[in-house]
Order: sequence, then structure tokens, then C-alpha cells
Amino acid sequence: MRSRRPPIAAFVPSLFILNLIPFIFLTAVAQSDLGTGESTAMVSPEPPTGVIALDHVYDCGEMIDISWTLSAADTAGGPVTGYEIFRAEADSFVSVSVLPLGTNTYSDEKIIAGTPYRYRVAALYTGGAVLSEITSPVSAGTEIINWNLLNLFVIGLFVCGAVIYYITHAKRGKKLFIRKIAGLEAIDEAIGRATEMGRPILFVPGINDMDDVQTIAGITILGKVAQVVAAYDIKINMPVSRSLVMTTARETIKEAYIGAGRPDAYNDDMVRYVTDEQFGYVAAVDGVMVREKPATCFYLGAFFAESLILAETGNSIGAIQIAGTAQPAQLPFFVAACDYTLIGEELFAASAYLSNEPKQLGSLKGQDVGKFVAMAAIIIGVIAATLAEFGAGSFFVELNDIMHKLFTVEN
Amino acid sequence: MGFWEIFGVWLAALLTLGIISFLYRDNAFYKACEAIFVGISAGYWAITYFWDNLYRKFYLQVSDPAGTEKYVPWIGFVLGILMLTRLFKKIGWLSRWPLAFIIGATAGLYMMTYFVSNAMVQISASILPVFEGSFGDIITNLLVSGGTFCGLVYFFFSKEHKGVFGGAARVGIWVLMLTFGASFGYTVMSRMSLMLGRLDFLFGDWLKLIK
Repeated sequence: MRSRRPPIAAFVPSLFILNLIPFIFLTAVAQSDLGTGESTAMVSPEPPTGVIALDHVYDCGEMIDISWTLSAADTAGGPVTGYEIFRAEADSFVSVSVLPLGTNTYSDEKIIAGTPYRYRVAALYTGGAVLSEITSPVSAGTEIINWNLLNLFVIGLFVCGAVIYYITHAKRGKKLFIRKIAGLEAIDEAIGRATEMGRPILFVPGINDMDDVQTIAGITILGKVAQVVAAYDIKINMPVSRSLVMTTARETIKEAYIGAGRPDAYNDDMVRYVTDEQFGYVAAVDGVMVREKPATCFYLGAFFAESLILAETGNSIGAIQIAGTAQPAQLPFFVAACDYTLIGEELFAASAYLSNEPKQLGSLKGQDVGKFVAMAAIIIGVIAATLAEFGAGSFFVELNDIMHKLFTVEN
Repeated sequence: MGFWEIFGVWLAALLTLGIISFLYRDNAFYKACEAIFVGISAGYWAITYFWDNLYRKFYLQVSDPAGTEKYVPWIGFVLGILMLTRLFKKIGWLSRWPLAFIIGATAGLYMMTYFVSNAMVQISASILPVFEGSFGDIITNLLVSGGTFCGLVYFFFSKEHKGVFGGAARVGIWVLMLTFGASFGYTVMSRMSLMLGRLDFLFGDWLKLIK
């Protein structure tokens, strides 16, 4: 009797279901992993590749840069959780940093210049870590010249050369033309008013110290103001918020009085320290204003939130006010509340204009050469960029690139 | 609230009112607040400078046996001592040395910083294609490139502002004034928030009229 065996086709659905069981099981495990974040079974992901360690350029041997190609498993929802950098001075590697997912560069600053180091990068995953190849030994060295700043050096050299040329020119007695600056023309008028009214002059040099170029510019103008003050025997009152500014201002005024042939009329109390505290200083200066009622107020230096408080108080006592600062946020207040305002560069040009000294005039002319270069660069650059955009030719594309590179500073 | 906390709030409120009273006119209350403010802040800064400079930056560094740069603070110390020579007439001229050092070092240190931030970066950012993109982009690029150029013309001191050059300078000053106008409004709003903070203190923390 022939046994009745089921046909092969009858097994197919059963085999199919049997094959599905491990698949369903693994899928469930995987879904469970995503939900809880806990590891059950995991295959090692691919390690990072192409690890390169290089000395950081243009420094004093302070850094080594490491870069690598991300692990192929570094994807959203993938097994890689981050990277760990290992460094070896001899044989044993030590961990130096752990970095987040998607990072492929690291700069090691915990090194000693001249010591060779080897690196390897590990891709971290929940079950452990997979290590990359070890890099060749690299040591950090010092580069004396930063060639990235070559453009800055060339432009700086050009401007400084222009300054030296014009100073020499002025010293030979050649006349250098400087246009009139309205705020400065008003200084003599303002001092004259104080003389007529028999009232003092108030000079506020801002609230920053002598390490601010605006304070230095303010003190330079003070020298000129003090000369006129000494000549006309007017009282000058200068409350300051920094001890160094007090010393410098006293020296400046003293020199002006000696220059005017009246050293005996100089008094240290013309300049007095109040406090370093911004609003404490302002409260005191406001008090001085309303009590002494100066005929003229100068605000020349670095100012912050106190600018409008000072200028409004000066306005309320009817003083002529001349202000000057390079603080963009404070200039609007001075423009609104003062009679004359020296805007930014005008403050720095003021000392040259007032002194009429060859050195300062030559310096100002040299700076103008720098501004001319800037204006020419903007015109050429804009034309090149616009024509390059309209497809006028590769020449304009290259010119546009050159202009950008020329004025871009990389450290 | 404890006694000292209540005392602190009252003191702060009275001092605030004292300073604000200046808006009416100069008065004895304001003078008292001014003297307290100036005196306390001057004393505070004197102590801060002592501990921060003389103690932390000088004494701790020179007395550290493992310090690698322990001799550097002596330079500052000597310059500081030279400043005090002003107190003696015969050697007072020595105080000019530290001043010359500070001014010279400052000018040198900041020259490149200013040159990069105020010149190089500005020029690079102004080199833009002026007829590219939407209408808004064209206006923006024209304002940036043209405004910077005309601003530079205004600050050019070697030529009288006449003719075409004078026209460009006038555009430059217009650009500056428009910028100042926008900046004025923005800064006034931030000052308003400071005033609201004080009013919040007076009516909330002090008078408890608002919560």
C-alpha cells in the first residue's frame, strides 16, 4: 500500500511561517530597543575611517587637529552614539575627549609642543566601542610667520607707508589740506562763550580707562582746550572715573598751562577722581552741572548708558555742548541733545586738526589714503561681483574672488 | 521677610526716590543719595582693585613656587610704584613712564584689532552683487555697499565736500542719521525696560501694590 505523503506544496505555507518566526522575534527586539534605549543584542557598527592628525598651523605649538570620516553607522536612529578620542605618547592610549554624534574634527590642546603623539578615534555604541586605525606620530610645532595674515600685512604696510610719507612731507614744510570739521570749529566759540559769561568749562572724558583709544583721543583734545583755557584764565572742571585718566589729564592740563606761560595758575583740583562706578559717576557729574552751571560741556571719549543723562542735564542748564565718541549706540543721543557732535572718525581726526602738527596731520592724510583704498576696493568689488552674477565672464568671477580674499582675515 | 531684608528694601526704595527726585530739581535728598552712592562705590572699587590686582594678580603669582611666569607681575608692580612718584616733586616726572607705557602699548595692541574689525571685515562685507535676488535683496545690497561707500566719503578729510563728492558725503551723513534714528528707538526701548524694572521694584517689592 502506498503511503499517502502530502505533496511538497502543502509544506510551503508551514515553512514560510517557520521562517517568519525569527524575523518577527528580531523585529520585536529591535522595537523594544528603540522604546527603552536598553541594549539586548547588537552588531558592532563600522569604525571611523581616514583618521588624520596634523599640527595646527600658525600657532606656537599649542594644538593638534584630528579629523576623520564618520562611521557608516553614524545615521539618525543608527547604533553609533558618539566618538571618543584616544591619544598615546608611548604605547598606551588614554582617552582625551568624548564627542557627540556627527562630529568629525577635534583639536587637542592638552599637549606638549615637540612631543610626538599618535591618535585613534572610537565610534561609541551601546554595546561598546569600535576603534579606528592608529595615526602616524605627529608633534606640535611653532610657526613664526602666519601666512594667512599676509593680506593684512600688505595692506597695513601700505597704509603705514602712506602715513610715514605724509609725515615726512609735512615736516618739510609742505602744506597738507584738511577740510573743516564743524564740531571742532565750535570749540573756540564755546570757550569764548565761557569767558564772556565768567562760568567754568566742564570736560568729561568718558568712563573708560587709558586703554581705550577714544579716551586717548579725548585727552588729546583736552590738551588743545586747556591751552585756550590757560590763555583766557577760565576755570576748567574735569571729574573723572578712572585714576589713570586723572593722572594723564592732570599732566596734559599742566603742560598746557606751562605752554601758555602760566604754570602758577595750574591747580591739581581741576581734575578730580569721583568713582569707578558708572552711575555713581554720572550722579556726581550731574550734581556738578546743576550747581556750578558750566557755560560749556565737552563729552569726548567712550560713553555708554550715561550719554543721554549727561547731555540732557547739560541741555537743561543751557550749556553749549560738544560731544564726540565712537560708540555707535551712544552717538544718536549726543546728536539729539548736543550742539555739535564729532562722529566716530572725526573724534580721532580732531587732535590732528587742532594741533596742526606735521606728525598728526601726516598721520591723518595717511589714513585718508587707507580710506581711498577702501572706497576703490568697494567700487571694483561691487562691479566685479555684479558682472560675475550676470555671467559676464570668468575674469569678473576671479576678480570678485580676489577682492574677497584680499579683505578677508583668517587666523 | 526678616528685619534686615525689610530694611534693605526700604533703603533701596528711598535711595531710588532720592535719585529720581533730581528730575524735579537739585535738592538735599538728591545730594545725600549722590554722596552715599559715590562714597560707597569708590570704597567698593578700591577694595575690589586691591584684592583683584595687588593680591590675586600680584601676590599670589609671585609667591607661587610652581609659577612659571612669577617674574612678569613685577613689571606691573614697578610701573605702579612709579605712578606713586607723583607724590614727590623731585622725582614726580618718573610717573610719566608708566603712562607712556600704557598709552603706547594700548595703541599698538588695538591697532590691528581695529583695523581688522573696522576696515577689513567691513570692506569684505560690502562687496556684494547689487542686482541679484529679489527686490528686497537688491535694496539691501545697494544700501550696504552704497551706504558704506558714501559713509567713507563723509569721513574723507583731504577733500572739501563739494560737487559730486559733496553729494556722496551728504548721502553718507543721511545713511548715518538713519542708522542713528533706528539705534535711538531701539536703545530707548531698552531704557524703558530698565525704568519698568525700577517701577516694578517700587510698586511690587516695596509698596506691595502689584504682584
